[in-house]
Amino acid sequence: MKPFVKLNGLVAPLDRANVDTDAIIPKQFLKSIKRAGFGPNAFDEWRYLDHGEPGMDNSNRPLNPDFVLNQARYQRAGVLLTRENFGCGSSREHAPWALEDYGFKVIIASSFADIFFNNCFKNGMLPIVLSAQDVDDIFGEVAAIEGYKLNVDLATQTVTTPSGKSYIFEVDAVRKHNLLNGLDDIGLTMQQQDKIKVFEAKHKLAQPWLFN
Amino acid sequence: MAKTLYDKLFDSHVVHEENGTALIYIDRHLVHEVTSPQAFEGLKLANRKVWRVNSILAVPDHNVPTTDRSAGVAGISDPISRLQVQTLDENCAEYGVTEFKMNDLRQGIVHVIGPEQGATLPGMTVVCGDSHTSTHGAFGALAHGIGTSEVEHVLATQCLVQKKSKTLQVLVAGKLGHGVTAKDVALAIIGKIGTAGGNGYAIEFAGSAIRGLSMEGRMTLCNMAIEAGARAGMVAVDDTTINYVEGRPFAPKAEQWDAAVTYWKTLHSDEGAKFDSVVTLKAEDIQPQVTWGTSPEMVVGVDGKVPSLDSAKNEVQRGDWERAYAYMGLTANTPINEINIDKVFIGSCTNSRIEDLRAAAAIAKGKHIASNVKLALVVPGSGLVKAQAEKEGLDKIFIDAGFEWREPGCSMCLAMNADRLEPGERCASTSNRNFEGRQGQGGRTHLVSPEMAAAAAVAGHFVDVRQFV
Repeated sequence: MKPFVKLNGLVAPLDRANVDTDAIIPKQFLKSIKRAGFGPNAFDEWRYLDHGEPGMDNSNRPLNPDFVLNQARYQRAGVLLTRENFGCGSSREHAPWALEDYGFKVIIASSFADIFFNNCFKNGMLPIVLSAQDVDDIFGEVAAIEGYKLNVDLATQTVTTPSGKSYIFEVDAVRKHNLLNGLDDIGLTMQQQDKIKVFEAKHKLAQPWLFN
Repeated sequence: MAKTLYDKLFDSHVVHEENGTALIYIDRHLVHEVTSPQAFEGLKLANRKVWRVNSILAVPDHNVPTTDRSAGVAGISDPISRLQVQTLDENCAEYGVTEFKMNDLRQGIVHVIGPEQGATLPGMTVVCGDSHTSTHGAFGALAHGIGTSEVEHVLATQCLVQKKSKTLQVLVAGKLGHGVTAKDVALAIIGKIGTAGGNGYAIEFAGSAIRGLSMEGRMTLCNMAIEAGARAGMVAVDDTTINYVEGRPFAPKAEQWDAAVTYWKTLHSDEGAKFDSVVTLKAEDIQPQVTWGTSPEMVVGVDGKVPSLDSAKNEVQRGDWERAYAYMGLTANTPINEINIDKVFIGSCTNSRIEDLRAAAAIAKGKHIASNVKLALVVPGSGLVKAQAEKEGLDKIFIDAGFEWREPGCSMCLAMNADRLEPGERCASTSNRNFEGRQGQGGRTHLVSPEMAAAAAVAGHFVDVRQFV
């Protein structure tokens, strides 16, 4: 996994709550058996005026001028700012794959859906929870200041605004360590395989029907 | 110390714990074609083996056609869908995974076939690369959806890295009214706590109304725990659970059965166990529910109206509701029973089991779908559900009433196959998500129970099913 340490990134605002994973990456793109290449179809139904299907040349499709991420000032944003319960719905990891491929490494919201939140950490992305008020304040600043960037530092768990105001965020210590060092979860768990074997043997003795 | 059911299930699967993060052992891994190909590929690239192949049960369900399947997988017209189903077949063959292939009688929606086969058992940890894995919690199991990286992790290690969730008890006391179903209970709960209400929690559904539900009703309820934001929903084991499991192909037999039952009977929250949060509903207050918007929390009773902006809780919700009115083509204060529909979908991992089909057929019997209803689909949850329904003559009732009787799969719940809504079409659907574009780009979904969907098909608009029963 790619590590995440820090980012000074342009912020794009997506001002709605309950953005679901069907919106982030519509189902027709889930037919792919690959892990890469979902970026051009992130938010497909909001982003383009026509209907998207896998295999289309997305560079020629008509963009929806009303969709905020299509505005010139938010191009090449690395930080997505949004509202509560971001990533709700389906467990599709294609959602973080699409956002990462689009260019977002950090997502800031007042809350996230659990499965999506977890999936981000598996892909070198940092989802950050700030209070609804702090999120609201940042929305205000992003609207007011073109080229608004946030400085995100995982080691110090801080988000710093252009004016120097810092917000502290929480992150689980294990996840932080793995993300900073780009550690592969499976490799780490394999180091515990003796413990897994001991547990499995005990479990089988107690509930043999689970192993039929 | 008194423990909750969640604590018992979690604690009994901890392999190792460090700094509040646990490695938990997974008993059952369900696999489908959409979220597994990249996991098998990752396994291959890293030259890793599958840890315990007999923990896995695989089935294609999202992409399969619900029409004629006589040409087999080669007959799937969309080449990308076909490749995904073929890739599942190939991966299962390569690793020796048990798979119910597309034309196997036992094929169906992964969350229908697991319980149907007895592959879901009380006390298990169950995972699947699918958010509706919460369904299996109905058996007193710890079951939740995972992403593809975690699918690969479980394939390779039989474990998941987990932090303990908080616990939320949802108590539904009393007796549900006639025509009020588990689906209505689920939607009423989501209406009360919101789609983010369960974030960070595992939900245990309890109370006399829950005890009174059949296993299929409990599955419907736990299925929608994820729509309330909770990865896992569960119901304590009782005689209803044990009677359902007994005799199923993967269920324990003979002396193992007796030992299992003794253990399973301990799978309930202890008297006095503390939950982090408790929500209470009165069964008698719950009416047949209909969603009006683009999130399952945008829901009202059938005799209600599309809410007006005055009742939105804040600015963010006002914005969401305004977008929902526009997307759904509705205005505030429209009575629900004046909303006309174009299509009907009876199916999905929420509501495609035999009791769902019986309930819908009882409404449709001897009637016909309204002239404004262009298509009414019945998609059984599995080949075995379909066969049972046909044995009971339900297929004939549906066909005579103008419904189409299809082959099993996820179908128009998420429209990955050919079954979908066209832009602007409005659907009464027994599925679980009314998100924008979920059933087809521009499609408008209203979530209801099977009874309510059948009644809407006959009336051409939403109608209180209690007038029919």
